[in-house]
Amino acid sequence: MRILVVGGGCGGTIVANNLARRLSGEIRARKAKITMLSASDRHMYQPGLLYVAFGQMMPDELYRDQASLLESCIEFHVDPVEQFMLDQNQVKTKSGKVYSYDILVIATGSRIMPRKIPGLEEGAETCYTEQGAVKMFKALREFQGGKVSIVVGVPHKCPIAPVEITFALHDYFTARGIRDKVQLKYNYPINRIHSIENVAKWAKPEFDRMGVEYETLFNVEEVDVENKIVKSMEGSEDKYDLLISIPEHHGMEVIEKNGLGQDGWIPTDRFQLTMEGHDNVYVLGDTTNLPVSKTGSAAHFEAEVVAENIASIVKIGTPVSEYDGKVYCFIEAGHDRATYAMFNYENPPDLKAANKSMHWFKMSYNKMYWTSVRGLL
Amino acid sequence: MSETKIIDARNTYCPGPLMELITYMKQADVGDTLELLSTDNGTADDVPEWINKVGHEMVSSEKIDEVWHIKVRKAK
Repeated sequence: MRILVVGGGCGGTIVANNLARRLSGEIRARKAKITMLSASDRHMYQPGLLYVAFGQMMPDELYRDQASLLESCIEFHVDPVEQFMLDQNQVKTKSGKVYSYDILVIATGSRIMPRKIPGLEEGAETCYTEQGAVKMFKALREFQGGKVSIVVGVPHKCPIAPVEITFALHDYFTARGIRDKVQLKYNYPINRIHSIENVAKWAKPEFDRMGVEYETLFNVEEVDVENKIVKSMEGSEDKYDLLISIPEHHGMEVIEKNGLGQDGWIPTDRFQLTMEGHDNVYVLGDTTNLPVSKTGSAAHFEAEVVAENIASIVKIGTPVSEYDGKVYCFIEAGHDRATYAMFNYENPPDLKAANKSMHWFKMSYNKMYWTSVRGLL
Repeated sequence: MSETKIIDARNTYCPGPLMELITYMKQADVGDTLELLSTDNGTADDVPEWINKVGHEMVSSEKIDEVWHIKVRKAK
């Protein structure tokens, strides 16, 4: 059985490592083979970008060599896929090589699309790339006072990020002793301050206590960079001195170019995690069009289901498990406190009060991630 | 007129039904009809509020077997 994993991010790496352990006997007996194709020889811990944007981590702390994270029996190539030939069970890579498979796993992730909004790319800071996070920190460091506006694109990776960034901004300017010179304005796309109702109920009094202003039903339409005004498709305007953006995301360009899904999101069965119409193609992480959070956590729990099912297909010819929509997200709440949101398709999150021990657990997880992505945690 | 696009946001808490609708509304062409399926009762109020504020068109809203079926048309 030839298993081909396309994408070396969180989801793809956990799938490959989990499978390598489940199928160690079959791999030794040459009855199964796992190959991974990735666009990069490095693996980034993406949640760490938030800390880079506030000067709390250095960019080089976010990376490991991808090959060092993989079980030795996994064949790894830095050679991104350019063409998916699903009807022939083959892909073609940038180098021109053709790889055949029996089962394909697509975990190519997502990318920011600030250019979708006129003026946003040049007018706003963002922490969703290494370069952006460093630039954002320098902008924050130089900021001496005025109005900081936060805007949120739809859809976006890490739904908790808008409130976490807002709490972090409050803490950062407080620590610098200029909080009284900074007006914080939070703009959010739907009609409460977070998509999860319980997070919104919890965050609202926190915002009130911190003096954070907020406006809801604010979907960015245009940024007037010269006059420093951000305009919403709902008709309102917000004048700022510093604009922070959580930009709209799309799936990867290769997915769109191959016609696998609009805006790069692949239509996926929410329980089986197979691509609609292709039972031997699994999709996970940001790449799916599922109505679940685009987070490493979702990718992790999906990866465990995908690996369990592919292994059972190899061993007994049928999948055995279903994804229940599980997501677990840490929420950094400022003042060295954190809480978490855990939910699935059937059960909404029941938010607990933020506390310091959960913050230190999150700080520990920032290091434990490398154990997690190896499929050990 | 193009066919109705179904958005299945049943049993979803994050990003949630309205956020799903906004995502698909961006992908749609003017004149397209979208039907949002949601098990969240708040959706029945949240969607019309956004649709009216941004200037799209509400087509219908009804609850069938505990699922809200909310049809909207992209107007601009």
